[in-house]
Amino acid sequence: MSNVFFLADFVGEKATRVNAELATAGARIGAVTAIVLAPIGEGSVRAAALTTGAISSIIVIESADFQNHGVAASADAIAQLVVQKTPDVLLVASHAFGKELAGIVAVITDSGIITDASDVSAEAVATQIIFGGSTTVHSQVVHGTKIITVRPNSISIDPVASSPSIEVIAIKVSEVAKKATVTATLPPVQGGRPELTDADIVVSGGRGTNGDFSAVEAFADSLGAAVGASRAATDAGWYPHTHQVGQTGKTVSPQLYVACGISGAIQHRAGMQTSKLIVVINKDAEAPIFELADFGVIGDLFTVLPQATQGVKARKA
Amino acid sequence: MKIAVCVKQVPDSWAEKKMVSGFLDRLNVDAVLNDLDEYAVEEAIRISEAHGGNDVGGANSVTVICMGPERATDAIRKSLSMGADGGILITDPTLAGADALLTSHVLAEVIKKEGFDLVICGTESTDARMSVIPAMIAARLGWAQLTFASSVTVDSKASSVSISRSTEAGVDSMTANFPVVIGVIEKINEPRYPSFKGIMAAKKKTIESRDLATVGISAQSPWSQVTDSSLRPPRAVGVKITDDGTAGEKLVAFLADKKLI
Ligand SMILES: Cc1cc2nc3c(=O)[nH]c(=O)nc-3n(C[C@H](O)[C@H](O)[C@H](O)COP(=O)(O)OP(=O)(O)OC[C@H]3O[C@@H](n4cnc5c(N)ncnc54)[C@H](O)[C@@H]3O)c2cc1C
Ligand SMILES: Nc1ncnc2c1ncn2[C@@H]1O[C@H](COP(=O)(O)O)[C@@H](O)[C@H]1O
Repeated sequence: MSNVFFLADFVGEKATRVNAELATAGARIGAVTAIVLAPIGEGSVRAAALTTGAISSIIVIESADFQNHGVAASADAIAQLVVQKTPDVLLVASHAFGKELAGIVAVITDSGIITDASDVSAEAVATQIIFGGSTTVHSQVVHGTKIITVRPNSISIDPVASSPSIEVIAIKVSEVAKKATVTATLPPVQGGRPELTDADIVVSGGRGTNGDFSAVEAFADSLGAAVGASRAATDAGWYPHTHQVGQTGKTVSPQLYVACGISGAIQHRAGMQTSKLIVVINKDAEAPIFELADFGVIGDLFTVLPQATQGVKARKA
Repeated sequence: MKIAVCVKQVPDSWAEKKMVSGFLDRLNVDAVLNDLDEYAVEEAIRISEAHGGNDVGGANSVTVICMGPERATDAIRKSLSMGADGGILITDPTLAGADALLTSHVLAEVIKKEGFDLVICGTESTDARMSVIPAMIAARLGWAQLTFASSVTVDSKASSVSISRSTEAGVDSMTANFPVVIGVIEKINEPRYPSFKGIMAAKKKTIESRDLATVGISAQSPWSQVTDSSLRPPRAVGVKITDDGTAGEKLVAFLADKKLI
């Protein structure tokens, strides 16, 4: 039977939904072990948060170096573990941190890497949707541990509960992985809304908001959605960069994406075009974003959104 | 200070890209300098200039390194016209379709031989979209990596670098001593357009071409492989309405119909 490791994903100390997705994908291939990297003393709390998915065991590694030295330190610990335990597959969430970590582990363990998989089969074949959503490819790692980063929100979760065994392993981060030092950290402001890449629904605003995100936020809140923004909006300082959707922001693939006052530049599309359903609200009937719309409204977001917000609230009441 | 910038030539963002026997067809598509790498070139030139530039004596040279087909010379030439000093093209038929392991290996070997202090990369190539090469180069070289930088400061003695790292996880301040691999995001600067003078000057700058043997590595079997590819059906054409005062309600009805509320 194959051994599958996955790197457990946390925002702060909160476990994200992608853990259950990685466990679900992993269980198709073999026995699943979750790896928890944590600051000293926080490993068991984090391990306890991994409650969904067929996880047979959890390995906890604690070190202050993870916070102090960035991705390289975490990657070094994972690489040492991979060398020790030689898993067949290593799954990691596909975000900036996860991809970099996977790349470094691939170098150290001389293993192949596939990024941004939207699915992983029982044979560890990865599905990727590339070239702006036009093409599907299947790829395979053919050397070393099969390292695959999986795009959050792509795999439907098998909701089984598990009671994994927990093992704490001591690993000393190598000096070479501590050459960069983190001197300060400013976590993203979450404001009580769901995490962008985790959310079922994302409502995004662009230049068309003219800096006023209140209508976008109110509609998002009525749906329990996360709020995203185009680069025009983050560049103008209207919304934090951490909420930028697109090529140089986050890639999201929610059940529903609502683009308000966004024109649909290719760099924006790169971050949202695999969304299951797309709704567009834009004053300009010619805006290219309409090409992606399942439901498009030619109209002013400041009148359409408040009406829709009322409508959603009325139905939920 | 010797600075290297890694740039890639990629298909134009709007061009239709096709897979041919497991590889991206690079020959039958318009190719451009990866736009995210323009920020890396710009940042390299700014760092050089802030430390006295590269005139007389060549104290702060900027070398552009690119692995790609022969025509990728154009991407290097564009970087030179922005103000970089020289270029190295690594081109070899066996490198076609190279995966991340091979690409990072080749780039790291070239960097090692030249003895750079700083290597600056973009965040992502718009075709591969992996965002892994900078971290992998740093790991191969055993250097510090400072990636996803939205600002970069090199100290006046040219011995250490501080950055702001901006990702979904928030903003980290990070610092490391030379040598360092830096990855920059598009928030960092506004890349200059090549001036006429720059374009003329670039024609006289040297681009050295190297094959795999010159780099000093032998052909390798891949670490990962595409098994098949297919075109996805285009998105079904959706509903498009003009707001007549009830569009908000119709939108709610649509969402209810899709069981989203
Ligand atoms: C290297 C690089 C990387 C980039 N990365 C990203 C990225 O990650 N993410 C990203 O989003 N962009 C990115 N961009 C920028 C991208 O090219 C576009 O400039 C940006 O997406 C435009 O944002 P926008 O659609 O909000 O603004 P605009 O293009 O100005 O569109 C605004 C839209 O709002 C509509 N509008 C105006 N008022 C109203 C109203 N009251 N009601 C309804 N509609 C209204 C207008 O008709 C228009 O269509 C990148 C660019 C580069 C060069
Ligand atoms: N073939 C290449 N030649 C030179 N630099 C490259 C090449 N491929 C990637 N890079 C660099 O690595 C960065 C990230 O690319 P990627 O990991 O492919 O998304 C790019 O922005 C470039 O700076």
